[in-house]
Amino acid sequence: MSAILDVSDLRCSIAGQPVVESVTFSVPATGITAVLGRNGVGKTSTLRGILGLIHRRGEVRLAGERIDALPTHRIVQRGVGYVPEDREVFAKLTVAENLALAERQRNPRREFVAELFPDLVNRRDQMAGTLSGGQQQMVSVARALMNDNQLLLVDEPTKGLAPKIVTEVADALEEAAKTVPILLVEQNLEVVKRLAHDAIVIDSGRVVHVGPAREILDDEDLTQRLLGVHAERQADAGTAPSSEAHS
Amino acid sequence: MSTIILTLVTGVGLGALYFLVASGLSLIYGLMHVLNFAHGAFLTLSAFLGWMVAQALGTESWWSFLVSILVGAAVGAVFATLTELVLIRPLYERHIEQVLVTVGLSFAAVALFEGVWGTDAIPISGPPWLKETTEILGARIPNVYWILMLAAGLVLAALVLFLKKTRYGMIIRAGVENRSMVTALGIDVRRSFTLVFAIGGAAAGIGGVLAMHYSTFVSAHLGSTLLIFAFIVTVVGGLGSLTGAAVASVLVAVLQQFANFYLGGTGDFIVVILLAVVLLVRPSGLLGRKA
Repeated sequence: MSAILDVSDLRCSIAGQPVVESVTFSVPATGITAVLGRNGVGKTSTLRGILGLIHRRGEVRLAGERIDALPTHRIVQRGVGYVPEDREVFAKLTVAENLALAERQRNPRREFVAELFPDLVNRRDQMAGTLSGGQQQMVSVARALMNDNQLLLVDEPTKGLAPKIVTEVADALEEAAKTVPILLVEQNLEVVKRLAHDAIVIDSGRVVHVGPAREILDDEDLTQRLLGVHAERQADAGTAPSSEAHS
Repeated sequence: MSTIILTLVTGVGLGALYFLVASGLSLIYGLMHVLNFAHGAFLTLSAFLGWMVAQALGTESWWSFLVSILVGAAVGAVFATLTELVLIRPLYERHIEQVLVTVGLSFAAVALFEGVWGTDAIPISGPPWLKETTEILGARIPNVYWILMLAAGLVLAALVLFLKKTRYGMIIRAGVENRSMVTALGIDVRRSFTLVFAIGGAAAGIGGVLAMHYSTFVSAHLGSTLLIFAFIVTVVGGLGSLTGAAVASVLVAVLQQFANFYLGGTGDFIVVILLAVVLLVRPSGLLGRKA
């Protein structure tokens, strides 16, 4: 299967401190690929490094073309949508303004987004900072879906959300993945199991395993060894493990 | 009663002048995290060139007064834009160096202005109406204060409309909140840096020409004097908050005028005390975001 994103020997640092040692992986041109790993192993930093939001070295190719020397806004303009950890909506802008800011193309996908998140249409004039966490996450995902992207980078979209909202966000990502490949950092293994076809496991700033997501998550020993958590137990609890914080 | 009215209205008028300088400072800091010490230089150059234009057109006519204000705004905008493009942009994300370069520019600019226009203050004149007074509830208010208030009101309205109704305004508001997320939406935030500098420079330019009429002279140090109070206003109002700058401008200037009149000319001292109290009690300023 052809890859939409090829990452080779990516190394990232924040304030001179290395946060990603050397990761190499590819993201298939279809479906959802999960990035898994324990707490603080560099999953979020990997996504931010790909986007150029933190200092990075190494090679990153989008659809075969190098993007590692480009500034963030140019990478995004090439067709990379980003849903950051902790939503990062603009609190003092309305929902409509948050979405309008994300529009890059002549015909933004407003109807598609409105169908996915009808609640946002009703709340278009509400300040984003007054929305619930789930609604803010919908704004964050909706911003990334406004354009016809080549790839979406989605960072912990279900973090801290109520189970019902987790399902809604997962539904939206599943729908979105029909038209655009997604690289997903996610701690909720039930969501990963439902959505992801492939998985990349990072540990200590390096890729330690690549394979089908189910192969990892259905093998309790492998899950325990790579992620330090039992997928079954997490499913029983219904949420991401409390010992896991964001990386 | 008439003294209170006089002090209050002249305080609001002086606050209007502070706002014209502080609005740009606040927007620039809010978006770029740069304390722009060169802002006073934008103001001074605008005043000098505005005065030259007014002299050429005839200082007493309203037409030349209006043109000199427009020239001041244009000069301020061009000077600020060049400063951003040539000095600030190459130091992108290096905030300390950016601040230092603006300090250097402010010193160099004053020396240059002294070299060109001399070290003495140059007396200026304008439409005669500006020197007359208007009686309000027994208080005779110098007319220049009405012009200051009108100009600040128009600039505030224009800035609010721009920030609320245009895409660039939206980008600037979003950038003040979270600059990196703006770039992560595919927007080149550096363009809005230049724009904010230009807008701030234009407002300072208008302020420069009006400050000249308020002081009835123009000198190489016109901007430096006002810049100190503009910084105080910006900090008291909350760095990055336009509304905060507007409220603090009036608050600081009214307090300053009342202290000058009723507390034996201690206006400047009281203003510094106010700054200290705000920094101790509410470091983010009256309407600023908490760190």
